Amino acid sequence: MFERLSETFAGVYKKLSGRGSISESNVREAMEDVRTALLEADVNHEVIDTFIQQVVDDSIGRQVTKSLEPGQEIIGIVHRRLVELLGGSAAQAKEAAELTALGVPAPMAVPLAAEPGILSVSPGPTIVMMCGLQGSGKTTTCGKLAAYLKKRGRSVMLAAADLQRPAAVEQLQTVAAQVESDFPGGARVTFYSEPDKVAAYGKAVGVAVGVCQRAVEAARKQGIDTVILDTAGRLHVNDELMGELQSIARLVQPHQRFLVVDAMTGQDAINSAKAFHERLEVDGIILTKFDSDTRGGAALSVKHVTGAPIKFIGVGEKLDAIEEFHAERMAGRILGMGDVVSLVEKAQEQVSQEEAERLQEKLAKGEMTMEDFLGQLKALRRMGPLKHLLGMIPGVGAALKDAQVDDKQLDKIEAMINSMTRKERDKPEIIDNSRRRRIAKGSGTKQEDVSQLVTRFGMLSKITKQMAGMSAASKVKAVKQLGAANAGMGGLPGFGKGSTRTVSVKDRFKKRKK
Amino acid sequence: MALFKSIVSRLRKGLEKTREVLTSGLGDLLRGRRLDEALIQEIRTKLLQADVGIQTTNRLVEGISADYKSGKLSKGEDVLEYLKREMAALWPSQDRSLRIATSGPTVIMVTGVNGAGKTTSIAKLCSLLRGQGKTVLLAACDTFRAGAVRQLEIWSERLGVDVVKGQQGGDPAAVAFDAASAALARHVDFLIVDTAGRLHTQDPLMRQLTKIRSVLAKKIPGAPHEVLLVLDATAGQNAMRQAVEFSKALGGESPAGVPAPANGKGTPGSESAGGVTGIFLSKLDGTAKGGIVVAIKEATDIPVKFVGVGETPDDVEVFDPESFVEAMFG
Repeated sequence: MFERLSETFAGVYKKLSGRGSISESNVREAMEDVRTALLEADVNHEVIDTFIQQVVDDSIGRQVTKSLEPGQEIIGIVHRRLVELLGGSAAQAKEAAELTALGVPAPMAVPLAAEPGILSVSPGPTIVMMCGLQGSGKTTTCGKLAAYLKKRGRSVMLAAADLQRPAAVEQLQTVAAQVESDFPGGARVTFYSEPDKVAAYGKAVGVAVGVCQRAVEAARKQGIDTVILDTAGRLHVNDELMGELQSIARLVQPHQRFLVVDAMTGQDAINSAKAFHERLEVDGIILTKFDSDTRGGAALSVKHVTGAPIKFIGVGEKLDAIEEFHAERMAGRILGMGDVVSLVEKAQEQVSQEEAERLQEKLAKGEMTMEDFLGQLKALRRMGPLKHLLGMIPGVGAALKDAQVDDKQLDKIEAMINSMTRKERDKPEIIDNSRRRRIAKGSGTKQEDVSQLVTRFGMLSKITKQMAGMSAASKVKAVKQLGAANAGMGGLPGFGKGSTRTVSVKDRFKKRKK
Repeated sequence: MALFKSIVSRLRKGLEKTREVLTSGLGDLLRGRRLDEALIQEIRTKLLQADVGIQTTNRLVEGISADYKSGKLSKGEDVLEYLKREMAALWPSQDRSLRIATSGPTVIMVTGVNGAGKTTSIAKLCSLLRGQGKTVLLAACDTFRAGAVRQLEIWSERLGVDVVKGQQGGDPAAVAFDAASAALARHVDFLIVDTAGRLHTQDPLMRQLTKIRSVLAKKIPGAPHEVLLVLDATAGQNAMRQAVEFSKALGGESPAGVPAPANGKGTPGSESAGGVTGIFLSKLDGTAKGGIVVAIKEATDIPVKFVGVGETPDDVEVFDPESFVEAMFG
């Protein structure tokens, strides 16, 4: 998502940075491109007006026109305003600005946001209420939150308060069972419903209020940490059903009221979010279906009208496909600055520190085998689609816009390595004509493909061996050379993620946080 | 459209309900006002707010602007009429009728992203067809989402139709096959196939749709006669991607035994040939206007056939471009 937006900002940057001096009208002109891009990204037009006005005011206030690097400066301002709009506090935005001014590259300059996640109250249970339009993804998100909390050792009760949509209760029950079985360990996830109340789906408004009260009572008795109330989807113009939500809120007093919003929503996001917020004082937003190719402008609109922080984003069908939302990272991603921190986190989920160190050592000695390579490839692929990952690398986003990053290339490489014997994997140089023929046949590829893989693997080993003793700058140079050698071998750009270089970025963040 | 005559009066009532909801429409903006540049800008904003999209909005506004300068439009009401004419021309009436098989069961395949409202929309279609005295069979091919089969089952019980179902987590194509066999054996008029919601970015799931489609086609020649994409009216510009990608996944030979759309616009290379044959625009009873369907029609030629305007199975309307403009603008 946000690709077109990154591209536009890259264009603006180019336009402005190519000039010695710029005028106020240059700024305004550039902002018109931004306006169009934001509209295409489904940001509400009122929000855009405010945003652009702020950027123009800031630019004039900071005398961008007299700056030596106006492009850099304006991108800095846009970044800061975006962070603010997406949820970072003003103080964070200010700190970011100061760091940028000191010459720290923008994505690094942004401090980590306040502790994300779901607050915990004592004595429990913490009550979380979910609300939103029909089809925004409340029930699925309930399951994801339960999995998220379970992993963190917090017990969860999922309470079925959607008595409008047929089979919504059954859906939540299945989801609860799925969380229990898919994520063993951690705390328990239980399910609460009142079967006798579901007979009349969609016929009685208000029954859900009592169900919620009794669910919370049951959770209290059982000493459960967090109870999540899955309410029915409803239109913000349906007075009766909105009233039901208010009754629940009044009688149950939830600690967190999450509004679940489909990231693919258009201009209307502002109307529904406003209505829900007026009735319920929403204090957190969850954006779902972020794994579509939506530009996700609804995020900006909803944040703007409710002022509530965006807490989580849903990124897939699986129950662990939920991520904490980080305004500063998202702003960086929009601007094409990449999202190194998320990438490192993803890598760390897949590759342990020891594993990374062991591999690093092997690399340094030039001892990496095809087997290691296959392991890396598999870990990389568990992190998600390649295009998604590459988009997180600074500077890559805009360049990728039309590139067909083909995960099938990786299938091919995996298939070829899988068709090799143990011996061949350890010493690829023994692969002769007859072995090549066999491997190609076994993997359904061409013999040329096999020789290409072997040659490039050889080159890769050589370069990584050289790189082991290099400074960071010469590493970058070497990688660039490798990139040239690599053209056509879709799989390799992400190779070696999780090694010491990226981990150290994360460490830097950790240090600064302290 | 004789098929739907009997429900017209009820539709009117539904429409009024829709209109009441739309308080800040363009009608208020336009009625009794003289057209000038400032008003044209306001119209532009309204169109953008309705999710019509920047390209289509610019094109419409340029048209209004040109006619204003040449003196053809001078009042706000003229613009309303102008837009109605534009939309009516965009959606010729033959575009909006259901494609019917010449013999045997008509198969309607219903697709869309997660949460678009597929199952509810199927209940509405079912109710519409039952009201016409047609026999309907449902196929519960959403074997993925928990509770989806049960949801369809509850509707089928309420509407008095049968549903063919498989195991949760089973192969949806197998369910489609069984359902098609049952539809033939029972000589039903319509078979409506529910599918799991899927994001158009998920290749393997999109390929599954292709498979369901070909299974249906193999069992019943010419099926699916109608492939509906359920589109949430609140959707933004991403809906265009949905229309294109779903069409691509569902592309195939133009269904045999079905007359091609008579508007003569079957543009060569158009995505809609054999792909998605119509849109069911759901959740139009909120404040969202669903304007993206205008841009979709322009780009892909996929027409809107039905609109959903409420929670009960009766809250369905046959799409009407003029009412759509009215709803969007006043």
